[in-house]
Amino acid sequence: MSSRREAVRSPEPAPLKLHVPEPAVRPGGTPDFSNIRIPRAGQVDRPNVDVDAEAIRDLAFSVIRVLNRDGEAVGPWAGALSDSELLEGLRHMMTLRAFDARMQMAQRQGKTSFYMQHMGEEAVSCAFRKALAPGDMNFPTYRQAGLLIAGGYSLVEMACQIYSNTHDPLKGRQLPVMYSSREHGFFSISGNLATQYIQAVGWAMASAIKNDTKIAIAWIGDGATAESDFHAALVFASTYRAPVVLNIVNNQWAISTFQGIARGGSGTFAARGLGFGIPALRVDGNDYLAVHAVAKWACERARRNLGPTLIEHVTYRVGAHSTSDDPAGYRPKTESEAWPLGDPVIRLKNHLIVRGAWSEERHKQAEAEILDTVISAQKEAESYGTLHSEQRPSARDMFEGVFAEMPPHLRRQRQEAGV
Amino acid sequence: MTRRTMIEAIRDAMDVMMSRDDDVVVFGEDVGYFGGVFRATQGLQAKYGTSRCFDTPISELGIVGVAVGMAAYGLKPCVEIQFADYMYPAYDQIVSEAARLRYRSNGQFTCPLVVRMPTGGGIFGGQTHSQSPEALFTHVCGIKTVVPSNPRDAKGLLISAIEDPDPVIFLEPKRLYNGPFDGHHDRPVTPWSKHDLGEVDDGHFAIPLGSAAIRRQGKAVTILAYGTMVHVAETAAAETDIDAEIIDLRTLLPLDLDTIEASVKKTGRCVIVHEATLTSGFGAELCALVQTRCFYHLEAPIVRVAGWDTPYPHAQEWDYFPGPARIGRALIETLEA
Repeated sequence: MSSRREAVRSPEPAPLKLHVPEPAVRPGGTPDFSNIRIPRAGQVDRPNVDVDAEAIRDLAFSVIRVLNRDGEAVGPWAGALSDSELLEGLRHMMTLRAFDARMQMAQRQGKTSFYMQHMGEEAVSCAFRKALAPGDMNFPTYRQAGLLIAGGYSLVEMACQIYSNTHDPLKGRQLPVMYSSREHGFFSISGNLATQYIQAVGWAMASAIKNDTKIAIAWIGDGATAESDFHAALVFASTYRAPVVLNIVNNQWAISTFQGIARGGSGTFAARGLGFGIPALRVDGNDYLAVHAVAKWACERARRNLGPTLIEHVTYRVGAHSTSDDPAGYRPKTESEAWPLGDPVIRLKNHLIVRGAWSEERHKQAEAEILDTVISAQKEAESYGTLHSEQRPSARDMFEGVFAEMPPHLRRQRQEAGV
Repeated sequence: MTRRTMIEAIRDAMDVMMSRDDDVVVFGEDVGYFGGVFRATQGLQAKYGTSRCFDTPISELGIVGVAVGMAAYGLKPCVEIQFADYMYPAYDQIVSEAARLRYRSNGQFTCPLVVRMPTGGGIFGGQTHSQSPEALFTHVCGIKTVVPSNPRDAKGLLISAIEDPDPVIFLEPKRLYNGPFDGHHDRPVTPWSKHDLGEVDDGHFAIPLGSAAIRRQGKAVTILAYGTMVHVAETAAAETDIDAEIIDLRTLLPLDLDTIEASVKKTGRCVIVHEATLTSGFGAELCALVQTRCFYHLEAPIVRVAGWDTPYPHAQEWDYFPGPARIGRALIETLEA
């Protein structure tokens, strides 16, 4: 700041210099999250769903939290879920984590080419899914598989997609983790970042045009908010008051790029909604109860035709970006341990123990059961083949589905390919 | 049967489809209340209401992006990009999303979407109101590309495009909106009301995508053209008195290769004409296909007449636009070869 002041005082402007934001710490340094301001649990108000964006500007700069350090649920956002619902939520997160671990290993064993984990972000998609109604449509990125798991999608089908085998619902056409399940309200994932954000707005507009009751849920990461589609989505959502919830999962990292590169030096990602007149909230993304409460609030707004809501989920990408990435090259190895919002699974577990609904023993037992379930799903999927096995979708499938009906030139090419 | 301009025929196609199918929605910049800068959507908002026909923010990526989402929901959006020259911000949504959605989701989600865009030059539109970007679409698997050359086709093809279960890029040669244009910029333009193809059936009728039309039967040479160039080619053939067979491709993808092949095998010569720039233009694909399919029937090298490999200039409009004189020279060249 002092240099800025000097610049103003000095009689002649100094030569210009390009500002390139840098994270506070690099490999070898001591992790430092002192720049992240975290209010105490229960501190942030819960406004009515018909509130004006202008009236809750401060929510875009705070963090809604329910679980306190002692594992108690406190404040106006607490109390929406029963013990059995929370136990189910815990199971979803544990399942996603176990599935991630197995698929990560499967990639290392050469059973598939690629995988992307959710480590540390399990609460975001798992808790959000519980706020949705049948028929609502998510437009996810590649890091919201919790929507599928919490939505009851089969682990076997997920693994089959990852293995690109004979039972792959997408016939081997898509890179692993680019799932699609219309039935489960999970729009087809694209490799092109942010494209689905504006599509979600269009889907929501369609629902409004048809006087339907379904809503759309848009998902984007912190890095991808820099794409033009993010801006377009906010413009259209605002203009047409589309029944859409616009989620930003701020996990601090876009591959090797810290979030300051996408966001710049001021404000928050949530604050970007304010310029568009969209109510914007920030939530503790590692607090299952908070994510769910905020999701429910935003979904209710959308369903009551009150328009879009922007939610920034503050979390941390504990794992590598993908199986092709090594975070040790750009951030301290122990950074995730220093993350002030902790681990979503442990926090919910502790809360349930505090409530007397859970125990360490039952948790260990559940971990073992879940691992068994995941392994047996994995084994079943492997019985239908893995990437380099003989059991693969047919080369004939490669030519299908480009169009509803195969045009003559594709028929000729299929013939030429000898399939 | 009613005499219509191309604009009227296009508007009528949307009107017919909006009245037949509640899922058809029309939107774009200035498309709603005002009825479009070319009047293609005039009256539609008043007739069908603001939730079926509406104005959008100036964001091509937004227009196509929301349309993809609507199509995934089950609507049939027919959207407008004000000029084809301005489609580039939407290109990612067209190429990476609309075109791939059926394939990548194994049919769980589809994209029955039409993107209308005025295309082509000959109107002193300069660099950003004259381009012909069709080759940027034909290269993309999963989308269909249509270019009508007259009111009757424009209506029948647009109805087919809206009914098609897959995304269609519908390029409308704006030079033809009010009348056929033969490239003689120094002569008055005949309105569509004086042209046979300005007679357009009322109500619903469809011209299937993927079928070409033979505009002139001939024996000496085959001319492959589409859009404005169909009319310029007709004039060039008449002025050189060459018995050319003129094929209006109408749909570039899927392509009616059978009609092309039969004609070139008959004539033994082929001239390809388009306004778009030459290198890697759609003419190159046509040239390769004709060469492969008709090699033993060809009596001369295939000739391409196209826009020069430069941005579309303003002052040099008629030095750039492939007019009847250039096409005529190409016809003579191929016959003398």
